[in-house]
Amino acid sequence: MPLSTEGPVIEASHLKVVRGGTTVLPDLSFSVAAGSVTGLLGPSGSGKSTLIRAIVGVQHIAGGEINVLGGPAGRPEVRGRVGYVTQDASVYEDLTVRENLRYFQRIAGSPRDAVEEVIEVVGLADFGNRVVGRLSGGQRSRVSLAAALVGKPDVLVLDEPTVGLDPVLRVELWSTFHRLAESGVTLMVSSHVMDEADECQRLLLMRDGHLVADTTPTGLRDSTGEADLGRAFLRLITHEEAA
Amino acid sequence: MSTSGTLSTALRVLSQLRRDHRTVALIVVVPSVLLTLLRFLFDGQQATFDRIAPPMLGLIPFFTMFIVTSVAMLRERTSGTLERLMSTPIAKIDLIVGYAMAFGVAALLQVGVASTITFGFLGAPSNHLVVFLGLAGLSALLGMALGLFASAFANSEFQAVQFMPAFVLPQLLVCGLFVPRALMVGWLEALSNVFPLTYTYDALELVSTRQTVPGQVGRDAIVLVGFLVAALILGAATLRRRTD
Ligand SMILES: Nc1ncnc2c1ncn2[C@@H]1O[C@H](COP(=O)(O)OP(=O)(O)O)[C@@H](O)[C@H]1O
Ligand SMILES: [Mg+2]
Repeated sequence: MPLSTEGPVIEASHLKVVRGGTTVLPDLSFSVAAGSVTGLLGPSGSGKSTLIRAIVGVQHIAGGEINVLGGPAGRPEVRGRVGYVTQDASVYEDLTVRENLRYFQRIAGSPRDAVEEVIEVVGLADFGNRVVGRLSGGQRSRVSLAAALVGKPDVLVLDEPTVGLDPVLRVELWSTFHRLAESGVTLMVSSHVMDEADECQRLLLMRDGHLVADTTPTGLRDSTGEADLGRAFLRLITHEEAA
Repeated sequence: MSTSGTLSTALRVLSQLRRDHRTVALIVVVPSVLLTLLRFLFDGQQATFDRIAPPMLGLIPFFTMFIVTSVAMLRERTSGTLERLMSTPIAKIDLIVGYAMAFGVAALLQVGVASTITFGFLGAPSNHLVVFLGLAGLSALLGMALGLFASAFANSEFQAVQFMPAFVLPQLLVCGLFVPRALMVGWLEALSNVFPLTYTYDALELVSTRQTVPGQVGRDAIVLVGFLVAALILGAATLRRRTD
């Protein structure tokens, strides 16, 4: 199947996922256009990580479809074009930053210079030769991000990348994400903190495995009459329960 | 399969091992110390030592590789790196062969040092050295393949280490090293027939005690390759790209 550059980059239709006997995502449909930052927001346990695992092709699917770049998610041709940042830093603790990135660069088959480039991008230039196990939590999660960036992905899927980071780092990361989006990368970023919603062009709000809203920050404010996005989300949920 | 995926995995695993000095020391030094201990245990009974030491030397890589592989794979699973790898273009076979190459280097180092000590300094006869080393290599690969398989059933490193006595000690007890298999009760001998270690021991013992290599060594080797292929298929089946 060809890798399409037109049409939606990520497209789910009636996606159903069952984990350990429980239906986590009963029936999910949405699509994401190229070069955008989409926020996947929802309380913990709402199914964000499960959906992200389905997008990167490591989740068993019970029904429906999930397509990335014009074909089934996780197919061999597309794996090299999708970067995945797991919720917990998934890099080798006993290797240095540079050794980790070198490995993931080789596997992805991207150019060798990508290693030094992404070390700069995530602000770890002074720590390239430090063993990951001796970095702070925030530094580790940046190594994990760099390990996804080093493959030069067209689609970058990040599972709660800013959790546990200090405010300064968060701002820096978001400006990195925006720069990537401007260069044509399609990003999907999950978070359980609504303050990040304003950074996204597009919002997918999840609750209990359902999509509660497919909107924009402005759209969410307008439809709920709340200026604060956190309260807007709460209002949306309570409305839904009342209905 | 891609050579770059395989080679980069092998290099990555070797870098990890290289940084873990204590494990390297354990892999390289412990077998030689044990064999030296054995030599003094049978002081004045050189014939007994000569009969026991070479097969033991050949079996050691099986144990080491079993533990090292099961713990390393468990770490890949629990640290999330396996999930990340499964989302990348790497093929499962690249990962397995990469591991086999890296741990193969470790096994080579281990057997090299232990052979030098055992044959060079402790006086055990080094018959058919090439065949002997080939069998030791087969034993290392078999331990690795079974360790890969076992790691799928462990939830913690503690459990993974406990698989050693569970999976491996029974095989050692009935392989013929302690009691010749012909003297065992019928059901034990039957049991030993389905354990790979039995064939490893049989071949190693024949090679190190006979003037010419008997044909049975070839048959043992064929059985071992069969076990190896089966264990690799089982092990590969536990590496799932998609999980629940
Ligand atoms: N491995 C698993 N087996 C069974 N259920 C799981 C598993 N992982 C997550 N779940 C369940 O799936 C639901 C969604 O989890 P998850 O996708 O991790 O949510 P989020 O990322 O939004 O916090 C939760 O109810 C969780 O308990
Ligand atoms: Mg999650």
